[in-house]
Amino acid sequence: MKTVFADVAVIGAGPAGLAAAAQAKKSGAKRVVALERNPAPGGILRQCIHDGFGLYRYGKALTGPEYAALAANEAASAGAELMFGCTVTELNAERQLYAVSRSGYFHIRAKAVVWASGCRERTRGALMIPGSRPAGVFTAGTVQEMLNLMNLKIGRRAVILGSGDVGLIAARRLTLCGTTVAAIAEAGPEPSGLARNVAQCAADFGIPLLTRTTVGRIIGAKRVEGVELCSADEAMRPIPGTERTVPCDTLVLSVGLIPETELLRGAGLFTGAQTDRYLSTAVPGIFSCGNCRKVEQLADFVSECGEAAGRNAARFALGLPPDAVIPEKSRSLPTGFPAPGAVTCTLCPRGCTVQCSGDGVFSGNFCPRGAEFARAEQTSPMRTFTASLPSASGRAVSVRSASPVPVKDLLPLARRLSGKVLPGKSYSAGDELPDLGVRLIVTGQSSF
Amino acid sequence: MNTVYDVLIVGAGAVGCAAARELSRYRLRTAVLEKEYDVAAQTSGRNSAVVHAGFNNTPGSLMARLCVEGSRAFPALCAELGVPLLKTGKVLAAFSDSDVDVLRGLIRRGRLNGCTGLRILSREELHARVPGVGGIAGMESPATCVFDPFLYTVALAENAVQNGAEFFFGNEVLSIVRKDGVFRVTTSKGEFSSRVLVNCAGLYADRISSLAGVEGYRIYPCRGEYLIFEGDPELLSVPVYPAPRKGIGGLGVHLTPTTEGDILVGPSAEYIEDPDDTASTAEIQRKLLDEAVQLLPGLSGRVPIASYCGIRAKQAEPSEGGFRDFVIRAEESCPGLVNLIGIESPGLTASVPIARLVCHLVGGFIPLEENPGFDPVRKPSIRFRDKSPEERAALVASDPDWGEVVCRCRNVTRREILDALENPLGVRTVTAVKYRTRACSGRCQGGYCLSRIADIMLREFGMRPEEITLRGPGSELFCKGAKHE
Repeated sequence: MKTVFADVAVIGAGPAGLAAAAQAKKSGAKRVVALERNPAPGGILRQCIHDGFGLYRYGKALTGPEYAALAANEAASAGAELMFGCTVTELNAERQLYAVSRSGYFHIRAKAVVWASGCRERTRGALMIPGSRPAGVFTAGTVQEMLNLMNLKIGRRAVILGSGDVGLIAARRLTLCGTTVAAIAEAGPEPSGLARNVAQCAADFGIPLLTRTTVGRIIGAKRVEGVELCSADEAMRPIPGTERTVPCDTLVLSVGLIPETELLRGAGLFTGAQTDRYLSTAVPGIFSCGNCRKVEQLADFVSECGEAAGRNAARFALGLPPDAVIPEKSRSLPTGFPAPGAVTCTLCPRGCTVQCSGDGVFSGNFCPRGAEFARAEQTSPMRTFTASLPSASGRAVSVRSASPVPVKDLLPLARRLSGKVLPGKSYSAGDELPDLGVRLIVTGQSSF
Repeated sequence: MNTVYDVLIVGAGAVGCAAARELSRYRLRTAVLEKEYDVAAQTSGRNSAVVHAGFNNTPGSLMARLCVEGSRAFPALCAELGVPLLKTGKVLAAFSDSDVDVLRGLIRRGRLNGCTGLRILSREELHARVPGVGGIAGMESPATCVFDPFLYTVALAENAVQNGAEFFFGNEVLSIVRKDGVFRVTTSKGEFSSRVLVNCAGLYADRISSLAGVEGYRIYPCRGEYLIFEGDPELLSVPVYPAPRKGIGGLGVHLTPTTEGDILVGPSAEYIEDPDDTASTAEIQRKLLDEAVQLLPGLSGRVPIASYCGIRAKQAEPSEGGFRDFVIRAEESCPGLVNLIGIESPGLTASVPIARLVCHLVGGFIPLEENPGFDPVRKPSIRFRDKSPEERAALVASDPDWGEVVCRCRNVTRREILDALENPLGVRTVTAVKYRTRACSGRCQGGYCLSRIADIMLREFGMRPEEITLRGPGSELFCKGAKHE
């Protein structure tokens, strides 16, 4: 067994953990180790190949892999050590951890710990959806991983339960990957995801988004054959007598994220990773940040919290009091159905909601670019096209179009690229892919 | 198949696999035909996972005798098979004086059946034993145990194979013709011949008997729904049942900890038409939840991690209620056919005693010559999660695949997944991995490990996406080819 002494141990190298690790080093911690169970950094961002990340933090709309690469570079440049393929199996209140990787079983003694483990998804079992247990029921994050990192096709016709961002993004990605999304069912009165995602994931593709609707039963014994949609009451439960069957072979569940904090019980924390304003849990020296602490709308905000947690963890290790507090959130982005005629401008962090009165008069924009943006949305909406292409070596290469393409061209473009297998070499973010009929830039590559 | 087997067993549930193992003690060519794609695919894989002491069965019945025999031998059997067994005992809780009378009745009955250690618990003793549960008095059965029916059945089958038995999966019996003292059995995949046919087909035992020409049996499927909660040793570490009551309208829900530490709630009991209908229903799940919280208030506010349904192969008609004794019989009208009809609870507990009885009946047709090479011992699988830090370090040093955690809810490593997929029975489905390792059965229900298990199947075993199934053809997880095809 190998013993590792660290000033700060960070659990998870997603955006929260990477920011914590970088800032812990910058705040004076001598040895900072981040433990990541996946083979590469980025956490959930590895599979979020769509763009929209980093508008606040980096001033551009990046894809998940690009954002993750920037965060990982910052951590590495600051001198943090990243251990991959490393899973924590135990933690105690004395900030001692056990972790295992192919290289060995490690006993880690840290002066301070930052818990940045992220979330898991709420399951069918937790919802007690009636029916048998056929193949074809997946949670949305798993779908995203299978499509984007493994190049698998999970079904031909899907119903999605849950209109949070994870479900909306999955709806778009499934559609671009050739799976028909028959409907997105939302048990609440309004979609719970960002208005921008309702527009760009459901409306752009004509996918019906049915509110006050839930899944009452799964049909099929070996593989899903359909679902019963029902109207939902105030408590989001199916109303008997309102069932209608929707044929499909896939049910995708996007019904909530649950912090992965079970290991914190070993440290005496039985109710999760709540923290004070210094990002410290009730156990001195154990800090937490990221979605495992509180699910956030944007990765940018997660990184900010991670920095505060990392700084305070370093200071704890140095015997100093914490001095970084949870940053004020600059703004909450609008959720639900976009107001008719309104768009959220994504050109700069202000994110103005620009309203069109219909006579070509725009209001709500801080600058003329916002009006231009809204006009373009009305006449010829453009989107950055993103996709994951397989390479002959088994890697999944995530790409973005060099310039936005018209919304109506997204699906045809995706279809044209289907079946393409890239040559099996190693790709770096920024590489341009030749001969594909459209300029595509690599945003990352992953061997799962 | 040109070989004429000595014995063909229909059904690879616990009883079929136990029979294969018992028969492999003798020099016999034995094969098991199973329509599904693994052992324990139906009732044997959907139950309360309890080794019953035998106080619930009618004195003098075959059920009672074989249950008690099985219960006494279970610890030694699990040691031979290399599978876990938790000697938890069991507690029944009484909420009224009439409940206490019922418990005294169970104790009397149990003693007649040969159970030991049964006793009434006072209110104080009850609450000391199961702190979270209410009740005015209780009953304790120290001999009751909790086990893993998947690993148990797998172990029976693997030991049978170790000793020469053969298993054929995906082989549904379609017709049986008896001619010149030989059974010719046609399945969905081929033809088999044998001198003796043992019907361990559980829910379909009546149909198999019919195909062999022996009518008169009828199986009434009776479904039991369950919920699974993540466990908590402080909350529940002993099976707790309310004292049985007739006609109350409630389910009389049982709470049973598993070998993984989870808590099973159920089963319900509803007669259904279709022996394949394992669907959970909204109404029953609600009832299970409500009654479970009543019995164990500490469950309040918790959500289940999963649900499942098992179907009992009952002989008693719906109007009859209760249950009829096991029918284990060499059919006179069809010499060579051994029928096992209505093997519901305590079938699992009694599986090896039942199998020995089957051997005895088979011996009436074929001389049983001892197989000198028979080895009853199956090496247990190593489970990373059961090992100490030093042992874990040694495992990883010996093979880095022990260092890669694939199922993080249960700490199942890549090495265990590989071993599960390289199993001696040749089954290669996601559920096969789940049965052998418990991956996919934890709080995230495969959210993390399913894609990693699929990746291993694709890369290490050269499977194509469309060959990856939950439990065999028809339950594919992925479409053929890549996206857009």
